[in-house]
Order: sequence, then structure tokens, then C-alpha cells
Amino acid sequence: MENLKHEGSSKTPEVDFNSSGELLLKGRSIPENSIEFYKPLIEWLEAYAESPSSTTVLSVQLEYFNTSSSKCILDVFKKLEAVSGSEISIKWHYEEDDEDMLEAGEDYDAIIDLPFEMIEVEEI
Amino acid sequence: MRTTTFDLYNLMERDNVLLAFKGTVTSDLLSSVFHIMETKMDDLNDSPATKKKVFNVLVECLQNLYHHIDDFDNDNTVYDDTIDKKSAIFSISRNEEYYNIITGNFIYPRNVVEITNKINHINSLDRDQLKAYYKEVLGNGKLSAKGGGGLGLIDIAKKSRNKLEYSFKEIDDDYSFFTLIVKILK
Repeated sequence: MENLKHEGSSKTPEVDFNSSGELLLKGRSIPENSIEFYKPLIEWLEAYAESPSSTTVLSVQLEYFNTSSSKCILDVFKKLEAVSGSEISIKWHYEEDDEDMLEAGEDYDAIIDLPFEMIEVEEI
Repeated sequence: MRTTTFDLYNLMERDNVLLAFKGTVTSDLLSSVFHIMETKMDDLNDSPATKKKVFNVLVECLQNLYHHIDDFDNDNTVYDDTIDKKSAIFSISRNEEYYNIITGNFIYPRNVVEITNKINHINSLDRDQLKAYYKEVLGNGKLSAKGGGGLGLIDIAKKSRNKLEYSFKEIDDDYSFFTLIVKILK
């Protein structure tokens, strides 16, 4: 299957979903219409679920995200949760002074039944 | 007495206003405002954590306005040209101790009770309860067609680490004016 790539903008994150199982979401996610932005990501994951790689790692490196994206990001995790036949994990990055971003990762970790690794970085 | 531009200038000077806007809130406008505010905050000596908090809350407050104003798009009532109901106002000010984000927009009077109850509930929660409430709404709530998930105000209260101040002014039978004041300690 084809990889999904999207260059980041001032309101949307860089997306690099590779069929090898390496998935990246990086930057900021503050679009007014997040459903529209996340639709291709959800569709890609549905197709990926049909023949996933043996391991899947989603690296989330977000500087900002709005509440409308927070629901869509949850949907991305739910799609991953539903993938069978792949060892799936999520690497949640947060900047060292960003308590809110760490909390957001912990919230997802509590809702989603996948292993989350919290990774503190100096700058995203 | 007519308010002159100079009066307006003095008022904004007194309140340390960084940016103020009155008019229709569009997606492009918000892109510009976010860009201007990020640039302004880069020049001020606040900590990166403060900048992040302020930016996060600003995005939620202004996108709340944007989504709300949309409500009048499907409105069938006769257009009243004395007041543009899709117009809104917002300002961002900053002093030694805190940032203040103020938004004002028209709403239907029938929504006053719901908004009041929602804000009062949010204000009644302590930080841990607020975190739990956020998680609950995130996990159970559905997104509306416009992308709002009912999380906006909860997130604003959580990230500002402050109680939300608000007021309503009844305009006529069809409209009320809703003011929200969010204080973010530096």
C-alpha cells in the first residue's frame, strides 16, 4: 500500500504513515475542521489493518493540539487498537516544561489499551 | 458623548491590550491572529511554559468563537441589519501577573441556561476533578459536525488553571451577548 505523507503547516501536523509500520505525527494540530484533516489518516489506518507490518510504532510529537483534534487523535488510537497481527506501541513525546502535554498522553494511555511510552524531549 | 479613537486608544493602553479585534471571525483571520500572537510573545520575556499555556488557551477561546458564530449560518430569522450577529469581539492583554483573554459573541437566549450550567459546573471542580471530567468527556463524547466535542471550555479552565468569568447581556428576544474572560497566571 502507499505511504501517507502530509507536510506540516501552521495549523496541521506533519504526517508520515509508512506501510513498514513506522507512523509519525509531528508539529501542531489546531485546524478549525479537524475531522476533515484526520479523515485520510483514519482511512489509511483502516487499509493498513488489512495487512499490517509485524510491528507498528506511532510516534506522536505534538507541540500543540486543540480539543477538536483531541477527539480525532483518540480515533487514530482506536483504529490502531483494532489492528490485529501487529505489535503496536505509541511513543508520546512532550517538551520538558509541558505538563499539559504529558497529562494529555496519560489521558490517552488510560483510555486506550495499547502500550504508551512517555518521552520527554527538550524541543519538538 | 461619542467615543473617540483617542478614548479607545487610552482604554486599550490602560488595559495593556496586545491585540483586539471586532468583526467576523474566519479561519484565515485566526491563522493571522495566532501568527501575530506567537511573534509578539516571542518578543516578551515570559517563560516557554507560559507562552505555551497562553497559546493553547487562545486557540481554544478563539476557535470556540469561530464555531459559535457558525451557528447563525443556518439561521432562518429575518436578518437584522442594526447588529451583525455573526460579528464578535476579542482582546488579549497582558500585565505583570497574568494574561487576559476576553471574547464576546451573540448567542440565542435559549442557550444561556445551558452555558451557565456548564461553566458553573466547570468552576465547581478542583484541578483533579477537572482532569477527570476532561478525560470522561474525551472518552465518551462524540464530535459534533463542526468538530466541537464539548471539551473547549473544560480545556480552557484546565489549562488556564483558573475559574472562568462570564456574563450575559440580553439584547432583545432573539439574542444575548455572551462575554467570557479567561485569566492565565504567568
